[in-house]
Amino acid sequence: MSSGPGQPKIGVYICHCGINIAAKVDISAVVEFANTLPNVAVVREYKFMCSDPGQELIQQDIKELGINRVVVASCSPLMHEATFRRATAEGGLNPFYFQMANIREHVSWVTADKAAATAKAKALVAGAVRRVNYHEALERQRVPVNPDVLIVGGGIAGIQAALTLADAGKKVYLVEREPTIGGYMAKFDKTFPTLDCAACILTPKMSAVRSHRNITLWSYSEVAGIDGYVGNFTVKVKRKPRYVIEEDCVGCNQCVEACVFKEGKFSDEFNFGMSKRKPVYMPFPQATPSVVLIDPQTCLHLKTGKCKQACAAACERHAIDFTQQEQIVEVNVGAIILATGFKHFDAARMAQYGYGKYPNVYTSVEVERLVNASGPTGGEVLLKDGRKPKSVAIIHCVGSRDEHTNRYCSRVCCMYSLKLAHLIHERTEAEVFDFYIDMRTPGKGYEEFYDKLLKEGVHFIRGRAAEVTDWAMIPDEEGKLVVRAEDTLIGIVRRIPVDMVVLAVGLEPQADAEEVRRLFNISCSKEGWFLERHPKLAPVSTFTDGIFIAGACQGPKDIPDCVAQAGAAAAEALSLVDRGHVELEPNTAFIVNTQCSGCKTCIALCPFSAIGYNAEKGVAEINEALCKGCGTCVAACPSGAAQQHLFTDEQVYEEIEGVLRYV
Amino acid sequence: MKYLYYPGCSLKSTGKAYEESLLTVLKRLDVAVQEIDDWNCCGATSYMAVDEVKAFALAARNLALAEEQGGEEAQVMAPCAACYLVLSKAQHNIAESPEINRRVISALREAQLNYNGHAKVRHPLDILLNDVGLEQLEHHASKPLSGMKVACYYGCQIVRPYATFDDQANPTSMDRILQAMGAEIVDWPLKTHCCGGTMTGTIEDVGLCLNFDLLHEAKKRGATVLATACPLCQFNLECYQTKIAKQHHENVSLPVAYFTQLMGLALGASEQELGLKRLFVPLKASVAA
Repeated sequence: MSSGPGQPKIGVYICHCGINIAAKVDISAVVEFANTLPNVAVVREYKFMCSDPGQELIQQDIKELGINRVVVASCSPLMHEATFRRATAEGGLNPFYFQMANIREHVSWVTADKAAATAKAKALVAGAVRRVNYHEALERQRVPVNPDVLIVGGGIAGIQAALTLADAGKKVYLVEREPTIGGYMAKFDKTFPTLDCAACILTPKMSAVRSHRNITLWSYSEVAGIDGYVGNFTVKVKRKPRYVIEEDCVGCNQCVEACVFKEGKFSDEFNFGMSKRKPVYMPFPQATPSVVLIDPQTCLHLKTGKCKQACAAACERHAIDFTQQEQIVEVNVGAIILATGFKHFDAARMAQYGYGKYPNVYTSVEVERLVNASGPTGGEVLLKDGRKPKSVAIIHCVGSRDEHTNRYCSRVCCMYSLKLAHLIHERTEAEVFDFYIDMRTPGKGYEEFYDKLLKEGVHFIRGRAAEVTDWAMIPDEEGKLVVRAEDTLIGIVRRIPVDMVVLAVGLEPQADAEEVRRLFNISCSKEGWFLERHPKLAPVSTFTDGIFIAGACQGPKDIPDCVAQAGAAAAEALSLVDRGHVELEPNTAFIVNTQCSGCKTCIALCPFSAIGYNAEKGVAEINEALCKGCGTCVAACPSGAAQQHLFTDEQVYEEIEGVLRYV
Repeated sequence: MKYLYYPGCSLKSTGKAYEESLLTVLKRLDVAVQEIDDWNCCGATSYMAVDEVKAFALAARNLALAEEQGGEEAQVMAPCAACYLVLSKAQHNIAESPEINRRVISALREAQLNYNGHAKVRHPLDILLNDVGLEQLEHHASKPLSGMKVACYYGCQIVRPYATFDDQANPTSMDRILQAMGAEIVDWPLKTHCCGGTMTGTIEDVGLCLNFDLLHEAKKRGATVLATACPLCQFNLECYQTKIAKQHHENVSLPVAYFTQLMGLALGASEQELGLKRLFVPLKASVAA
């Protein structure tokens, strides 16, 4: 690569981007304008600058016309900065003699008026041209990548990603906030459309996680802090005390039996409060790790200190430890996969459906537990008074496709409602009424499953249910729950009396998705789902290099899609850590020694402790390996001695000057 | 602070008892109100169906007057459900649509009026619950409504679609206010079901059926009085009881009072002050029950 060319000779390339830019920006006017700017040697326009012939224009001009600075006015740097830097380098120049002007996202896509768009495009081109005059040759720093990977969330997505990476020989840390991995899938009885047993396909994967020599499983733990950058993250993990020594507990449950509470007394989280547990408990039979825990909110000893500690006495392995404290462990990893999942919609927010008011109105997730053999009723679908329902209504789109709650479709509810309709009918022989807006079954074998249900005799009523009420108008409705809905296929309002109502609740981002997003410095959609780098071409990457997303934290999706995405995220992480190194953007800060007074202002401010003091020379010194390019020292330096590559004062001032002067 | 009171046509005519009782209640609670000077029709039903922009301009004139008389942040109290809805709807549309905004503002300018959009439209339920507060209400209830079993009826317009002070499907503001006044609240699921609106005058059979549902269910659940917050609901539910009884061969006789009349009783106001004599189905009997 050549370096340090003398008098700037700038090539300016204006991209049409098909009609994306050309429809709003008068390209020839911008070309004509760019030709008048100082030091501009050649201006060209092209339909697609990012195409091979487009890039060749740049390389050719560097070689044949001796161009030594390149400006491309096209899309966002996020899209193609790397492309054009590479083209510049392949032409024989240092890639940092390049500057991009974004006249698509910042101009043509957001400006209605053509004259205004053209004027703004000119201003941005002028800014880029003025700036590139002051660019300098820079070298990227190569840093080694830590080959280990952190996965946050132990649902099916996290489990799948962990096993994929671990099988490839990578060391994986899997952090799960609940006492067991398994997530929502562990609570289901059957999965659609095949109706295979969820536990039968999930629990082997759970125990594989537990026994895999490359996986460290930290359940009942949360990420408390993260530092570093792609390839070199330092992560602090908070391990909550479970008051049981994990290594010593074998999950024999003798402590649970011995507990001074003879019966379960406290709401069992795993069964959504439909059963009771003791203060010392195993979340569910196949919990992984198979280790009990003690809930400090309800344990007599931990709460009052007054208990004979029968659990501890019963444990032959002395695994109960009331002195356990919260612990922070620190690990270094090269890549992170977030698979933090979703939460289900709180049905009480739609008062018209009577959840929380009428005892026999259930949410779909509760019914998942009812139909599950390990659930509170041993797999029987029962009303609150213990009777079998003779008629059941399932209401779709509760918290989905609704202006007042969530506008989006939760994607999985139609299919799981069909599954529950089948299971309820199978277990109770009840008549099932299914109220839907549109039946959405776009998956392999899904439409066929719907067809099967039609033949099984489930009544499908097309219409959003208006309300669930105990208002009886005729004797047949007395003592029943009445679902009122407009049947839009026959054009009348119907009242269907039933014994039980199941609300098909939608999927929402986790309650703390915003905090997690901030912690990992990634973006969210306006609903709170984690944002992928590109909706089509980078679905598991984020805008923060080295951090990937998988599963329902990115948006509602079913098990097959979660697993597919987990595989993709694992492959992306693998591709990163197997490369062995990353190249960092050379946007580090540096000190101009002749201007530094040695006041040390910058030293205290640097969040990465990258600045030291050279007592001999009386100046500050920046360790480029530690500098993250945040610019704090540059802004704080009273004498202008702290400067930053790619953002020097000349570069920034010239860009501003260019934007403002000509238009 | 003074609330700018917008009565609308009903509170000066069929809903006179609503005005009398509301003003009495507010006075007893030391809430200052001032009637908007020179107010006009809110623009409900007929106008809205014929020419929306003209209807919005009519509504906005009232809001402009309120801002002129009560300052930019004027709090407009609109007790009639229809007025409350139309004023809120006009405000919403003027804020959301530049075209409606342009036409309404220029129409107002012709009348030397200016509307900046800051006036806040409030329903008395909102004011009593959130500004006065349940604690104050309990404190002032010298004659609690003990023994009175009330079914609270909100109708369709107060909480849908603009109200933000209560749940649209299961409003509870009136329940909580009357409970604070010592009444026993009957759980009934028809709080926001339709009273028929003007249907009683056009397709009478349908209108009567809708009102039958409400009266029948309220009585079935043990209510001794129905409380309303809308002059049209009150009129439909009370004045057609004889006809409904004939149509359904069932005695549906039940006092239908404005919630403010019940509040007034608890605050110790006289029958005269609360316009109780204006009710066709006397309230007295149910209070004693």
